[in-house]
Amino acid sequence: MTGRESAKSGQKPLLILRNINMTFGGVRALKDISFDVLPGEVHCLAGENGSGKSTLIKIITGVYRPQDGAAIEFDGQTYAHMSPVTAQNSGIQVIWQDLALFPEMTVAENISFQTLLGRWPRFVNYNGMREKAVKALARLGVTLDVDRPLKDYAIAQRQIVAIARALVGEAKLVFMDEPTASLTQSETDHLLDIVRTLSASGVAVVFVSHRLAEVLEISSRLTVLRDGALVGAYSTEGMTQSRITELMTGKTFDQIVRACNAGGNPVVLEVDGLSRPGQFEDISFTVRRGETLGITGLLGAGRTELALSLFGMLKPRSGTVRLEGKPVHFSSNRDAIAAGIAYLSEDRLSLGLIQPQSIADNLVIASLGKITSGGLLSDSRKRDLVAQWITDLGVKIGLQGDAISTLSGGNQQRIAIAKWLATDPKLLILDAPTVGVDVGARAGIFDIVAKLAETGLAIILISDEVPEVYFNADRVLHMAKGRVVNQFMPADCSLAEIEAAVYA
Amino acid sequence: MTTILNRIKAALGPDMAGPGFALIAVLLIFSLASPQFFSRATFGSVAFQLPELGLLTLAMLLPVLTGGLNLAITFTANIAGLTVAWVLQQNGGADAGPFAFLLGSVLGIGVGALSGLVMGLVIAYTRAHPILVSLSMMIFLRGLGEFLTRGGDVSGFPAFLQPLGHGSILGFPIPLLVFIGCVLIWHLLLTRMKLGFNTYMIGSNIEAARYSGVNTRKVLVLVYVLSGAMCAIAGIIMLARFNSVRVGHGESYLLITVLACFLGGVNPFGGFGRVIPVALALVVLQLLSSGLNILGANQHLATAVWGILLITVMILRFTAGHFKSLKRKKG
Repeated sequence: MTGRESAKSGQKPLLILRNINMTFGGVRALKDISFDVLPGEVHCLAGENGSGKSTLIKIITGVYRPQDGAAIEFDGQTYAHMSPVTAQNSGIQVIWQDLALFPEMTVAENISFQTLLGRWPRFVNYNGMREKAVKALARLGVTLDVDRPLKDYAIAQRQIVAIARALVGEAKLVFMDEPTASLTQSETDHLLDIVRTLSASGVAVVFVSHRLAEVLEISSRLTVLRDGALVGAYSTEGMTQSRITELMTGKTFDQIVRACNAGGNPVVLEVDGLSRPGQFEDISFTVRRGETLGITGLLGAGRTELALSLFGMLKPRSGTVRLEGKPVHFSSNRDAIAAGIAYLSEDRLSLGLIQPQSIADNLVIASLGKITSGGLLSDSRKRDLVAQWITDLGVKIGLQGDAISTLSGGNQQRIAIAKWLATDPKLLILDAPTVGVDVGARAGIFDIVAKLAETGLAIILISDEVPEVYFNADRVLHMAKGRVVNQFMPADCSLAEIEAAVYA
Repeated sequence: MTTILNRIKAALGPDMAGPGFALIAVLLIFSLASPQFFSRATFGSVAFQLPELGLLTLAMLLPVLTGGLNLAITFTANIAGLTVAWVLQQNGGADAGPFAFLLGSVLGIGVGALSGLVMGLVIAYTRAHPILVSLSMMIFLRGLGEFLTRGGDVSGFPAFLQPLGHGSILGFPIPLLVFIGCVLIWHLLLTRMKLGFNTYMIGSNIEAARYSGVNTRKVLVLVYVLSGAMCAIAGIIMLARFNSVRVGHGESYLLITVLACFLGGVNPFGGFGRVIPVALALVVLQLLSSGLNILGANQHLATAVWGILLITVMILRFTAGHFKSLKRKKG
């Protein structure tokens, strides 16, 4: 237990956990965890997927009951374990990643419905609901039309509604599970401001996030879990992103700029004046054999639309695309795949992979021709092909027939990459390939990308995380409002330069 | 011993458990209740009655696997039967030759496929819900058929059609052989052909399938075309068995086909389900109704018992899944 800070700050913690153990079916999910949260602080709970963060939150909120010997002290009261009702009544609220809101109901109903639960008589007081909702939103410094259905609002506003709901429940401690995962940079900034407001008004916030930059920006303290065990609690002062990664994974990742010069190689893709009004305008660039071209920019910069146009799923209005010198026009993505273009979707859960189906079927879906003999699909060929790719890309799986949803984010992404490599592409477009992938597994994905580039594959790497493109691409295009506004060579410039330009 | 059991289990697949259990239960209960149950007559009647419902269930299965439905199956079968009847009548009615029947069958299957084509195109291109699209087709075909036949029977077919409905080859009823043939074709289609593979993928997530380069529209259209063609085969078998065609014939089978699919372990939301367990489920339903018949129960009661069976299976499946997940948590 290194770096324990709470003792020296002199403040009595709001939440004290001791001896928290949890076992699921013989697997120890949590081993002797201690965890403190001070009143009104912003505390980050960090750890890779499977490190026990969610289990810990579920114990604090009463969803799970820890093994005997646990001690939970919240706001001066001691409990052997929590129940969902006591947790809520004593002021613990969670904002889950999926928000658990009702899109068809109004903002006011969403914010206030919890306070109506279990009251007798069970009549709904709409005026009271509205009042409470308006008051809660005002506390956050936000104005929304509380009578409009929630579905009219974007994800960022829905997040705020979820926070307001927690406030109505008179929260003293709010857990936020990956709150910024689907927000743009400016929305994230706004959310972080709201978290600061909350913290200033005396509500403690425990923040769970993969984005280390945010963690450092917002939180004053940090608790790191690894494989269900406590690594330690630290002050974020003087902490760096690479140090946190090290604590989370137990390994050191020295990020180096991988950029090399592919200038002499033959051109694979040549885009000239490509436009799709409203989404992107006048885009021109080339990608060469063995080159990784990074494209970065804020959400809504037109990156994904550009990628989908190259992949034949959207039709550009004007401009030309040449593949190995020949002009191409795709009427669907099947044409693009046949021509040698592959596109890894940014939305792995709903577009990239077919989650309920098997690992094997997800891998072969785009290259059924390879496992066909005599017009029929061959099970043995499928098995061999899948086994080959799983070895080549170092994917950890149980059985080939298991649903792909049983795999971790990193392993799912490897299968998605294998799916496209099986089509023998000349150009691989990777759209946000590390979304929902653990920090430790990200490096593995980029190792694969680097090896693919070495074999001569042309790669377009799209990411809104500037460091990703900086360290892994040979050239970086910066897109903003549908245009390419800048080009950077990571070999000759600093990360800070690109970040300053992108986040300006 | 356990390894052999496991191997059998793996070969049969988990989806065989439901209908397999139901089959054993039905056989056990009826053989205890009536000594006449285990007789040639029982199995003969099952063998002759199974194919109509069976072929219609195969027609329902493909759309269900894509996450849709084809509510027009029975009336598509009727219209296809009418097409055959019309061709036969144009060629001399009871004196029509085998060639006229062949021509009629080809046209009938064409008409069935056409009904599927229209539904498939509308579903694939407008993204309207399959229930609405096929319901509209059902009403259209029903109205059309009743208009053409004025609500009556069409009969007077050549004698050589008799064996197709009632004859046997080596002791196997011909309708049953047709059904088994269709089951094998469907099995091959779903396990070994690209169209089958893509049918499952579309059923689980049509957008992700499209992003992976699957021609989702083509697959949907083909699925409904094949469904329509299978209805037509059912319609021709019905024509031969009743020696007549009437619009509305077999209408009560419609919802039973959906339930037979679910009894056979097909996922009601699409993406999962195999042909063989569905065929087994059909055998169970048919044995149940024949068994009740032997016991002297009312035909309508048999239908009610089907309903009870299906509800029981769903409850059992839920509890089995519940215990399995409990076991996983503990073990």
